[in-house]
Amino acid sequence: MTMHATAGARAGDGPSPGGPTIFERSRPGRRAWSLPDAGLAAPGIEELIPAEHRRAEPPALPEVSELELVRHYTRLSQENWAIDVGAYPLGSCSMKYNPKVAEDVAALPGFAGLHPLADDDLVQGALEVLGVLGEALCELTGMARLTFQPAAGAQGELTGLLIMRAYHLARGDVRKRVIVPDSAHGTNPASVTLAGWKAQEVPSDTRGLVDLSALEELLDDDVAGLMLTNPNTLGLFERDIKRIAAAVHEAGGLLYYDGANFNSIVGKVRPGDMGFDVVHMNLHKTFATPHGGGGPGSGPLAVTEELERYLPAPVLAWSEPAGRWRWDNDRPHSIGRIHSWHGNFGIDVRAYVYLRSLGPEGLKRVAERAVLNANYLKTLIEGAFPTAYPGTCMHEFVSTAKGLKPHGVRAMDVAKRLIDHGFHPPTVYFPLVVEEALMVEPTETESRETLDELAAAFNAVAAEAATDPAALHRAPTSTPVRRPDEAKAARHLKLRWTPDDSSNT
Amino acid sequence: MDFSPHTPEDIAGMLEVIGLGNLEDLFESIPEGVRLDRELDVPGALSEPELVDHLSGLAARSRGAGELVCFAGGGVYDHHIPSAVKALASRAEFATSYTPYQAELSQGILQSLYEFQSLVCSLYGMEVANASLYDGANAVVEAVNLSVRFTQRERVVIGATVHPHYRDVLKTYTAGLGLDIITAPFDPAAGIVDWDEVDVEGCAALVLAYPNVFGGLEDVRGAAEKAHGAGAVAIVAADPTAMGVLEAPGVMGADVAVGEGGALATSPAYGGPYVGLFATKSPFVRQVPGRISGETADADGRRAFVLTLQAREQHIRRAKATSNVCTNQTLLAVATAVHLAWLGPHGLRRLGEVCARRTAFAALRLGEIPGCALRFEGPRFKELVLETPVDGGELATRLAGRGFLAGPGLGRWWPELANCLLVAVTERRTEDHILAFAEAIEKELAEL
Repeated sequence: MTMHATAGARAGDGPSPGGPTIFERSRPGRRAWSLPDAGLAAPGIEELIPAEHRRAEPPALPEVSELELVRHYTRLSQENWAIDVGAYPLGSCSMKYNPKVAEDVAALPGFAGLHPLADDDLVQGALEVLGVLGEALCELTGMARLTFQPAAGAQGELTGLLIMRAYHLARGDVRKRVIVPDSAHGTNPASVTLAGWKAQEVPSDTRGLVDLSALEELLDDDVAGLMLTNPNTLGLFERDIKRIAAAVHEAGGLLYYDGANFNSIVGKVRPGDMGFDVVHMNLHKTFATPHGGGGPGSGPLAVTEELERYLPAPVLAWSEPAGRWRWDNDRPHSIGRIHSWHGNFGIDVRAYVYLRSLGPEGLKRVAERAVLNANYLKTLIEGAFPTAYPGTCMHEFVSTAKGLKPHGVRAMDVAKRLIDHGFHPPTVYFPLVVEEALMVEPTETESRETLDELAAAFNAVAAEAATDPAALHRAPTSTPVRRPDEAKAARHLKLRWTPDDSSNT
Repeated sequence: MDFSPHTPEDIAGMLEVIGLGNLEDLFESIPEGVRLDRELDVPGALSEPELVDHLSGLAARSRGAGELVCFAGGGVYDHHIPSAVKALASRAEFATSYTPYQAELSQGILQSLYEFQSLVCSLYGMEVANASLYDGANAVVEAVNLSVRFTQRERVVIGATVHPHYRDVLKTYTAGLGLDIITAPFDPAAGIVDWDEVDVEGCAALVLAYPNVFGGLEDVRGAAEKAHGAGAVAIVAADPTAMGVLEAPGVMGADVAVGEGGALATSPAYGGPYVGLFATKSPFVRQVPGRISGETADADGRRAFVLTLQAREQHIRRAKATSNVCTNQTLLAVATAVHLAWLGPHGLRRLGEVCARRTAFAALRLGEIPGCALRFEGPRFKELVLETPVDGGELATRLAGRGFLAGPGLGRWWPELANCLLVAVTERRTEDHILAFAEAIEKELAEL
């Protein structure tokens, strides 16, 4: 097969520390696969699939033995940081420990083997998991009912915005804008656009909180609602939340809660009690399901009683007389389906395991210790890396590396040097409102000793910035690759292996 | 049981360093009026053995593919997942890692995603693939949104034989964008869309499934030609397990090929997590949604992989991003890559052949059942529609009592096909299974 187009020449001319790609390991005639013959009296494939539909050339898949396959991906896995390897203090990501027992439970045939179109009577155990987890999540958020369909936070956001749209339309109210803070996650404005609205930014004030008077000026009868993360991405609790909620509701808008930072308040304060109408949770953050290198997550979306009728169909319901769970498809006001099936069920099972491990007391300790850890780490490093806004933080804090600029050192240099000290760096250059931002979230599962070591690493890097800035510019020197050229990657697109590449190995 | 390591001494010592008296002081920024001043009403904590017993009990209250012989289809199939795939994709170094923003610490995920993209391109005959989307339906939506941006048009034609749930999701997702979505009906005899009859003038896209929801083979070439004649984008949702025997959509003229990769990545898991596959041709590269891993060189000239073309994405472009997707289904993409590499070109072809031939055998046998007939003529892959004398959904329910997971009955989506049962035959179904299934249907019909 000839496929060129996006490919330039091989980007890296030097040896590949990661070793060859799986394609470069391929030798014709090797195989890992083991599958039966058709083994019965049926016509051959040439008879069954007419020529115009039959594949002319096989896809260029690699041919490797199973051991080669296993070694290849085992080696790749070893070139990857992970929670099980070390601390992972990425802000707004809640990279906490993922309990192993959840993996065993999710693999039970009574969960993993279920077909999503099976009759409700065949899947009562699975529905019980969703039902009880759903009720608990509603209790934790102060909402009335939820859907598990959204596969991740951003899909939850869109689902919530579409519900807000349906609510306004049902009142004959065509609104045009949704307000998001300037410190919001990028998914917020992107979801607003996808929902057919215009995203409008409200600035943060000198406290790092929503500027209340600026918000009040933006609010009018064209505003469908406000999307807010609380605590916000600066790790600060929006203490004016009651006044914000009142102002948004006064203007006829709805209040959307982005649950990315829910870990810091779980069991302490509920979005519903703050005045929020729509809430998504990231089960892969607060509920400790593994993030999988970027997914899968699960982003259940909960709403108030008033909005319940608009939830995606079907909705899980308990039938009292029959004593069973069932999917309710009779939902005339529903916005419709948002996922092929019932969402990322396997992730929901893991979240249920986590919920049942902790119980009510354990859940409260999550927030307390997450916030304790963040403040402890903040105190230890704020001499070298001042926080952008003073005071106690919640589960995360945003420091600035701008003090290192006179040495020619940037936040990214700090991040890369932290790797040499044995840690995954924090989130850098976000939120956008802080210059040279380092956004740090240690989570509740890190020990005091680990935080001490992490702080020592931060402080050592800051000291080094003054004495040997070149060491930071060179960093990292402990990794298989160093500062991959992102500009080159974007300029000379090489987005897939092609058979032509093999001549270069 | 919680998973935090703090001893009382740790807590006291840390509070002292911070300069606070107690844990409650950490929450002083939360106004009194909104704090929760009661215990949480959630189920109590369980120890690990209790937890395993409790969950095993719940799992035992469900019956799935492990216990029932699965002929159920309709978008989810009982395929074999090789042990090597499960072992590698469940490695904690992959599973407990985050999105690979720090390339130096994420070469494993980045290279795996690069290989995944390459494999998906090969499968579909395409030139660019992303690092995954949520599921098959989501991939269709993102493809349609690409076509709308690319053509600046708002009308979309989608075949009625695209999975009904995918069509529902498309309608839901685009409700705020004002798209005019037109469903092209299927020929009642052939069970495929007659694309000659479809008006595609002024359309952004034409969307079809290959094989379609009945297992039938649409005329992809004809549809793509028709789309191109009208300046529209041809979008094909193709089953990756069919790509060893069916022609690649890209070769037949599709501009975007999408699909549900769950069948290669994981067991059915009650519908998720799965993985949306998304591939297209070079002219559309800057309109692609989601993450893309690209090859580059590091500061010392070594080959390295990074997330690239990030200027399309929400964390950079915000309101003007090509999509809102952030967290995707990376771990399932890794599993898909491992499975495709395990299969290789010959294994993938064998998989397709076994599915197609055993489906053909099932068609012959099931078609012989008195009172039953195959509903649609024409070639098919992995699925068939059996017309029965009774309601298809009710028959499926009854077959569970005989040890078979069957269906769905098509009445749930098409009232005019209420007597029809969708039957899926994968490489896991043997001749004995098929004969026993046919017998079970015969017995059930005799009793009704």
